[in-house]
Amino acid sequence: MKTLVVAEHDNISLKPATLNAVAAAQVLGGDIDILVVGGDCTGAAAAAAAIPGITKVLCADNAAYSHQLAENVALLIADVASDYANILAPATTMGKNTMPRVAALLDVAQISDIISVESADTFTRPIYAGNVIATIQSSDTKKVITVRTTAFDGVAEEGGSAAIEHVDAVHDAGVSTFIGEEVAVSDRPELTAASVVISGGRGMQNGDNFKLLEGIADKLGAAIGASRAAVDAGFVPNDYQVGQTGKIVAPDLYIAVGISGAIQHLAGMKDSKVIVAINKDEDAPIFQVADYGLVADLFVALPEFEAAL
Amino acid sequence: MKVLVAVKRVVDYNVKVRAKADGSDVELNNVKMAINPFCEIAVEEAVRLKEAGTVTEIVVVSVGEKACQEQIRTALALGADRGIHVEVEGRPEPLEIAKLLQGVVSKEAPQIVILGKQSIDGDNNQTGQMLGALTGMPQGTFASEIKVDGDTLNVTREVDGGLQTLALSLPAIVTTDLRLNEPRYASLPNIMKAKKKPLDVTSPAELDVEIASHITQLSVAPPPERAAGIKVDDVAQLIDKLRNEAKVIS
Repeated sequence: MKTLVVAEHDNISLKPATLNAVAAAQVLGGDIDILVVGGDCTGAAAAAAAIPGITKVLCADNAAYSHQLAENVALLIADVASDYANILAPATTMGKNTMPRVAALLDVAQISDIISVESADTFTRPIYAGNVIATIQSSDTKKVITVRTTAFDGVAEEGGSAAIEHVDAVHDAGVSTFIGEEVAVSDRPELTAASVVISGGRGMQNGDNFKLLEGIADKLGAAIGASRAAVDAGFVPNDYQVGQTGKIVAPDLYIAVGISGAIQHLAGMKDSKVIVAINKDEDAPIFQVADYGLVADLFVALPEFEAAL
Repeated sequence: MKVLVAVKRVVDYNVKVRAKADGSDVELNNVKMAINPFCEIAVEEAVRLKEAGTVTEIVVVSVGEKACQEQIRTALALGADRGIHVEVEGRPEPLEIAKLLQGVVSKEAPQIVILGKQSIDGDNNQTGQMLGALTGMPQGTFASEIKVDGDTLNVTREVDGGLQTLALSLPAIVTTDLRLNEPRYASLPNIMKAKKKPLDVTSPAELDVEIASHITQLSVAPPPERAAGIKVDDVAQLIDKLRNEAKVIS
């Protein structure tokens, strides 16, 4: 049984989410290959080859794959899929965008967002915004799976020396073109990779008040997140959103400020090691999951907190 | 230009869904059902395209049991022109729904298909992308803005770390993210008018799709409970606990 892990990368380097997907592949057992699809992606391929325990790295390096457009990448993955029993990708926006397309091309189901591997064909995954965990069994001989990265500790980055094999097949569906991107430039760590996250909710009252979180984030080396309520209210962009419909995080320390604790938010952060909640409503559900709760006005508590760090 | 919008009947987002005591399934008896929130955003976007004069007809489709005609009527009240109900028993999987939608697409030949990015029951986030693969259409998933420009659709997408803009050749598929728009409420006169709008019922057989099952749900369980912690008195005590007890800050 062989498993193919589709790497998450920016052509130059691998994203840590790849390491979590490899960890899930290791639970499945058998040989693991990594597929790096991109344009001028030799850097990412070399990084993939350095992951210990990888049999080989498939590198599809072509201008048609530069921006990893789902239409082209899915055709390629389906093309190389014949050798594999399992095809895994992290459940990032990239994995979520591409893998269902792969599954449909192969006429199999996709198993989304697994949080555990129970056996070769049985997995658990959250449904209903994380209110329920379903155990599901797949009858497909070829399984296309996305992996919730926070549920699997990433494997080591260095120590391996897998062979890199070039894949020459070029699939260009010719129906989509990359126009541009606006990547939020920040000196802070990426939300899903940060060891400390501080998030604001509706209690922040407006976008300007998120500045109160910035000073603390800078002192703690933290990423800044937000609840869906704060995003819906237009305080911050959607890529701040932590929750079932946003990003799933599991840092060492998660600080929820002015967040009531709707289930949809809890689904995105309740695997954090230590949770702190600051909220003036002592009955807020967030306190039921917080290790340390502070009932206080955030506009008083945040400046105090920053000063004390 | 014709737009096809797919909508799903799901448990209302305000309902806290629980696993049944025997773990066989979730408790869905007597719970309030509604149109999936992301599908509501899809309907709204189609209506806005029509109001802008870009689109001439909005067809809304739902796959499911007879009761999902309620959600089709809701979409009609919001501004869709006619409905198609693909009647299927039970809970078809995303791949099967995508195949049925493919059947509807080949009959209706829409220029744009808009779907929600995920439904809040199964949380799969698959159907739009699968429909893309089956029809060969390009996809703009997790859209926060769409613009029609001749025979091209420009889609701005919510991706990890920011926004990405793609140009897709029509016909194309869009799946909606939260910030695409804020859906309106249906007015009473429009709810009344929606009752008279055409709603056709079709079946997998008529669409030449054989429903298969790839996934069996073995059991469901509540997520592991996180033990509640303690309340601290003030910021000083909080800092002390984080530094000396949890040891997560230095």
